[in-house]
Amino acid sequence: MSGEKSSVSTFWLVFANVLGDPVISFAFKRLLLAIPTLLVMLTAIFVLVRLVPGDAASVILGDQATEASLRAMRARLGLDQPIQIQYLHFLGEVLTGNLGQSLSSGRTVVQEVLLVLPSTIQLTLAAIVIGIVLGLPLGILAALGRNSWIDYVSRLVSLVGLSFPAFVSGILLLIVFAIQLGWFPVLTSDSTDPLERLRSLALPALNLGLILMAYVVRVTRSSMLGVLGEDYIRTARAKGVTPTRLVMRHALRNGLIPVVTVVGLYFGTLIGNSVLTEIIFNRPGLGKLIFGALNARDYTLLEGLMIIFAICVIVLNTLTDITYGLIDPRVKYK
Amino acid sequence: MTSFPRPALDLRNLRTEFRIGDHWYPAVRNVSVSLMPNETLAVVGESGSGKSVTALSILRLLPHAGARIQGGEVLFEGQDLVTLSERDMSTIRGNSIAMIFQEPMTSLNPTMTVGDQIAEAILIHRGGSRMEAKAEALRLLAEVKIPSAKSRLDEYPHQFSGGMRQRVMIAMALACHPRVLLADEPTTALDVTIQAQVLTQLEELKQAYGMSMLFITHNLGVVAQIADRVAVMYAGEIVELATVDALFAKPMHPYTAALLRAMPRADRANESLEPIPGSVPGLSAVPTGCAYAPRCPFKDRSCTELHPELVSSGDPGHLVRCPVRPVGGVH
Amino acid sequence: MTIGVASVAVSQPSRLWLAFSRNPLFWLGALLLAIIIVVAVFAPLIAPHDPLEQNIVARLEPPSAEFLFGTDNYGRDVLSRLIYGARVSLMVGFVAILIAMTIGCTIGIVAGYVGGALDQLVMGGLDVLLSFPALLLGLMIAAMLGASLQNLIIAIAITEIAPFARVARAPTIALKQQDFVIAGRALGFGPVRIMGVHILPNLISDVVVMSSLWMASAIRTEASLSFIGLGVPPPTPTWGSMIREGFDNILDAWWLAVFPSLAILVTVLALNLLGDALRDAIDPKLRGE
Repeated sequence: MSGEKSSVSTFWLVFANVLGDPVISFAFKRLLLAIPTLLVMLTAIFVLVRLVPGDAASVILGDQATEASLRAMRARLGLDQPIQIQYLHFLGEVLTGNLGQSLSSGRTVVQEVLLVLPSTIQLTLAAIVIGIVLGLPLGILAALGRNSWIDYVSRLVSLVGLSFPAFVSGILLLIVFAIQLGWFPVLTSDSTDPLERLRSLALPALNLGLILMAYVVRVTRSSMLGVLGEDYIRTARAKGVTPTRLVMRHALRNGLIPVVTVVGLYFGTLIGNSVLTEIIFNRPGLGKLIFGALNARDYTLLEGLMIIFAICVIVLNTLTDITYGLIDPRVKYK
Repeated sequence: MTSFPRPALDLRNLRTEFRIGDHWYPAVRNVSVSLMPNETLAVVGESGSGKSVTALSILRLLPHAGARIQGGEVLFEGQDLVTLSERDMSTIRGNSIAMIFQEPMTSLNPTMTVGDQIAEAILIHRGGSRMEAKAEALRLLAEVKIPSAKSRLDEYPHQFSGGMRQRVMIAMALACHPRVLLADEPTTALDVTIQAQVLTQLEELKQAYGMSMLFITHNLGVVAQIADRVAVMYAGEIVELATVDALFAKPMHPYTAALLRAMPRADRANESLEPIPGSVPGLSAVPTGCAYAPRCPFKDRSCTELHPELVSSGDPGHLVRCPVRPVGGVH
Repeated sequence: MTIGVASVAVSQPSRLWLAFSRNPLFWLGALLLAIIIVVAVFAPLIAPHDPLEQNIVARLEPPSAEFLFGTDNYGRDVLSRLIYGARVSLMVGFVAILIAMTIGCTIGIVAGYVGGALDQLVMGGLDVLLSFPALLLGLMIAAMLGASLQNLIIAIAITEIAPFARVARAPTIALKQQDFVIAGRALGFGPVRIMGVHILPNLISDVVVMSSLWMASAIRTEASLSFIGLGVPPPTPTWGSMIREGFDNILDAWWLAVFPSLAILVTVLALNLLGDALRDAIDPKLRGE
């Protein structure tokens, strides 16, 4: 009897202590916030899908379908139930991971996604690396330069980069580097040769990465400019801190914090751009999947993909917020 | 004739300019003053008088773009700081000359612990291990009377109150035992009660470390409390320079007198406070002749034509920049 | 996407003019935009050929003297289609932004003015909308509603509502505590009058400035959606669908893809230059001293 009681109270003690840790409690709160957001999004998708003009059953079965088969299909899809029941069913299915079956391929949505996920992840990671590795130093240099030629060039470059819709830049890259110059393959190859696969990855990754770079340069530059004008930088100079250390130790630490947040918020756009990029370069991935689903009017797959995108966006945003909370001491130690 | 001790810091004809639009305008106009060892020199003036710019010019902390030291010398330990290389300047900053600033809320790095920020000053100028520097930082924190210094060493600035942060800044400034401390309105942003504590502490530390202090303020009450000598600045120039007693008892320049009249005083009861009419001229609108003339009740025609020089008033050590002042001081 | 500048100070048009009229980038953007607008408005006079006229004999011809930018799959003149395409892009962008501005500002002002639970709810909804990428949002909406000019405008407008609401809400919260608003309430002015007559005019400059940047975003989204096939149905020429055609023929006819791409780039760039200069005029910190 007392043994049970003590283990329960021990559990709550540990739980409370763990929650008391400012980092953990911050992360916990942030996670809690994600749940209603997810709910809202799922509801929106539910509503949106049911806004499709026309009866889903007749869309699926075509004009020649008989009344009986239409009724059967509706029953199968659960369309004959009242809307609240349909909603609850919908939520239930999402929670259990049952996102339905693709109408065109017959595989479940989850299966379809898993097939192409590695490719999308490869592309996204490569793009992030390119964008950050190229963008951060350029942005920092631009802020340090401040109205020098580096500053103007990088501002212009990043503005141009941001003006390209992802598919436009992708097409131009394709035309120039793959078709005209032939440096890279036009179609993504299936070969297992790592060099070939790298060559196939290069242009799409560059496409996404350069646009991300433009964004990172802008954000880093303005953030660093803001930091460099702060009082504590002057205090550090008054202490005798040399310029290099001033930038590396004082300015960067503060300047990069907002960059993390902004780049994190950019993930959504990155996903959007990767959809376009995959279409252009004919790479397997979530983008191609959604494109195919649109063309084939595969509404089940579309709905499933939208749910997955929504989940991804929310997860990424939550992770970004938590990371921000981890690196900014003002948030950690409230 | 007694030989005068060498000044700790000697400003000679210092001239600093700011750029507005396409032109350069002086913010500090030929300021010459000496800071003697162990002395507290208060620099008083309204905002826009050039007092902060003077201090920033000494340590060459002006913003890169739009500001420049146009001429003059800042002599310290046999060197002219104006012509020193940036590298050599950074060995002097925080080391032999230190500075504390007005806004404690924004003047400390929010992402570095207080202990690290103090230790940094030590590590830069004195080397040694991190352990030693941290130990010294702890000692300094205790010296500026931060309670529970040991645990607060690893806290971040936002976890301290305004007065505490200012003490941290003081500890940081004193870390390398500077000979000169430049204090730019360090107590202006603090509550009155905290002000008094910080001022007292500064005075004690100054005595203990044997420093000279250049204390910038617009508050004459603070001047009365801690200054040995006072320099009154207006529109980028020193208009009066005297010991604190002499300044309060026998102000010579009409501006000084006006400042005193605008301040409530315990030793002169039943006086009404008088604000000074007009306002401090902007950088690009400094009048020719005497800068204060437009607001001065004693001005005559020569004041708008001739630019007055800072000369001895007759009383020893009391300089004033006003040829038309009434004899015997202004009351 | 603005970098969270919560500058609540409301800008005056005359001060703004001084700030951005000095910026050479502003004039470059304005010039480019002016050219594009002129081209769009006077399309019938400028276009050398009928954009819909098919000419099977001259299919997929590279740029020549007669067809400056070449011809497409149906022998139609690319240049003329490009010129008429400007109309679609500009109109869609403009109308969508106008709708988004009206709805977004209303939501923002009401939420900011009423405050409390309504405000929290609205803010939460806005955050959800904002965190979702514009393209995916537009894609989902357009996919579900079907491809047409109307639905395209609706989809794009929805993606741009949240930014407007955000930018209208912040100054409203500051303004509603100002004396002239409190005085108005004391005089018995109803909330609608206060919001419409007193608060709104003070926001206008800020909102108009941001709308240039968001129009650039709207046109980008429009082009992307048209490319995917969710835009205005053929044969109306739109830059996005022209690029799609170019993509389908990319190995043989590079000109089909390149010229519309450049057109989109120049238009979006012009709006970005304009919007950036305007925005820098409001926020002194970003001007770089």
